[in-house]
Amino acid sequence: MSKGILYDATLCIDCKQCEQACAEKNKLPYNDAIAAEQRQSDHKFTVVLAKEDKFMRRLCMNCNEPACVSVCPVAALRKTSAGPVIYEASRCMGCRYCMLACPFGVPRYEWNSVNPKVQKCTMCSDRVLAGKQTACAEICPTGATKFGERNQLIAEAQQRLKDSPGKYVDHIYGLEEVGGTSVLLLSSVPFEEFGYRMDMPHDPLPSRTMAVQSRIPDFVPLWGSLLGGVWWITHRRDEVAQAEDKKEGGRK
Amino acid sequence: MRNFLKEIKWLSFWKLVLYFVLAAGLYAAIYRFVYGLGPATHLSDEFPWGIWVGFDVLCGVMLAAGGFTLTGAVHIFNIKRLHPIVRPTVLTAFLGYALVSIALLVDLGRPYNIWHPLIMWNPHSVMFEVGWCVMIYTTVLALEFSPIVLERFNLQKPLKYIRAALIPIVIAGVILSTLHQSSLGTVYLIVPTKLHAFWYTPLLPVFFFLSAVAVGLAMTIFESTMSAKYFGRALELHILKDLGRALMVVLIVYSVLRIEDLLHRGVLKQVLVAGYERNLFLLEIALALVIPIILLSFRRVRESSGGLYLASVITLLGFVTNRLNVAVTGMERSVSPGFRYFPKWTEVAVTAAMVAAGFAIFGLAAKYLPIFEDEHKKESPTAELAAVPVREAVMSNAD
Repeated sequence: MSKGILYDATLCIDCKQCEQACAEKNKLPYNDAIAAEQRQSDHKFTVVLAKEDKFMRRLCMNCNEPACVSVCPVAALRKTSAGPVIYEASRCMGCRYCMLACPFGVPRYEWNSVNPKVQKCTMCSDRVLAGKQTACAEICPTGATKFGERNQLIAEAQQRLKDSPGKYVDHIYGLEEVGGTSVLLLSSVPFEEFGYRMDMPHDPLPSRTMAVQSRIPDFVPLWGSLLGGVWWITHRRDEVAQAEDKKEGGRK
Repeated sequence: MRNFLKEIKWLSFWKLVLYFVLAAGLYAAIYRFVYGLGPATHLSDEFPWGIWVGFDVLCGVMLAAGGFTLTGAVHIFNIKRLHPIVRPTVLTAFLGYALVSIALLVDLGRPYNIWHPLIMWNPHSVMFEVGWCVMIYTTVLALEFSPIVLERFNLQKPLKYIRAALIPIVIAGVILSTLHQSSLGTVYLIVPTKLHAFWYTPLLPVFFFLSAVAVGLAMTIFESTMSAKYFGRALELHILKDLGRALMVVLIVYSVLRIEDLLHRGVLKQVLVAGYERNLFLLEIALALVIPIILLSFRRVRESSGGLYLASVITLLGFVTNRLNVAVTGMERSVSPGFRYFPKWTEVAVTAAMVAAGFAIFGLAAKYLPIFEDEHKKESPTAELAAVPVREAVMSNAD
């Protein structure tokens, strides 16, 4: 079954231990200056955003049907059956289509490198495969970030919404957005305040391109035979005209 | 005599400009490879594609569309009177694709991996498909262009094989072009939440394909007029008139579809609200559609070389605006309201060098290869070859 992360912003205390654990797990630098950065970057895969006493995490949503995976021309990005969306740098040719395609603006680039990689949270895929939690969920002291089966997390989120009406915005972010994501969010303030768009389509984005792409195998023979047919007809006319010319003693 | 001197000065002035632009582009490219994409561009995590994609790739491929339009018209639809301009058009197309590939190497973060799509497949990816189509189509163009080189060196045997396989090659070229020209529009179907509603439509692939045909025709008029002017060969006005008429028809079909699409998606009323995107949208519509259609609807314009030249140049500018609107204008607001991307000088320098290289290589090929038919007889290949030295003499005078 597919794993997931449930982040409940009402339980978050902005201790930033998830940020630090993430940095350690991914061998990235972490210090006070980086802790103060309120933006995902090539050296900060998750960030706890703060607005007064309200907090919200940003990390890769690890979509069920990720746009980044569908657009990658060399299959450097892959959705694992366990949930995480992983990246294989050795395949990447650096077209950055994944960055353009991601509806959440997650993939980051090593702009200052001459051998740049795409960087993003990969939901600790190696840990998940080894049966462990993600680093951020394991360290979280309040249970704001919780790791588990996605289905069970959805049920739990629905229960929390039901138990405390009025406490939450009545929405599980990631349940239906772009066809569902492995990361699910609960919040007491509108998601837009932290840059999460509420106008996301509920169909997976790759279905938009697949609607066109899937027609190619039918289109090629059809268009080919049509063009061949046109060639045959237009040149047949020439042959007929030539034959008639000959019969009439070659006027030309 | 004085006029002649003036002309020489004028020519060397343009040569100087050319060398400067090429040198600046080379410097910028080196800068990019030494310091990386960050210092060399105004791109960012939020705005990862700039003019190297928007102009060099999207416009480059579009401007090379004359190749399949003309070969299709002549060899498949058997419109014989267009035959004299097939060769220069195929050359332009081949140059276009070659330059797009070079530009792509500058834009890719890991250009040495550009061959990866050959063995690392993702058929779901539009870019994977475009990559393959462009690769095969560049080969097709090379084959379509090869008789010119083979003739030049009198290689009869390969010439025979190419001629025998011409029709399948041409059909393959048209299919591949239909696919990747439209697919460059499909590339943007994945960003419904980012691209402005003026440009995001499920019909993007259709619009990209139709406009490629229009641009292919306009580009052919443009380059025929230019070669007539600078390579001193006769202008085939009767051919350009036909192209002008075809251009008008394609533009009208495109306009009807475009307006219906905006209407059905309920976007047309947004045109009334002033704004940055609205203004650039109107500029695009005026240049690509309204002005050329009005111009071409006058017989006097449609039947004069100057008029056709003007209409085609405006059409080209219009569809370049269209591609940049899709790649830049329409995407800017996804970063934040009021965000503006403006290319760094290095980005502009590389792009300008690509354009300059296109002009320069076309000029060289026009000088040394038998691409213009009016100087040789196409029926017999030997007669063609005999005519080459004469052509060269003419050309060296013209230079």
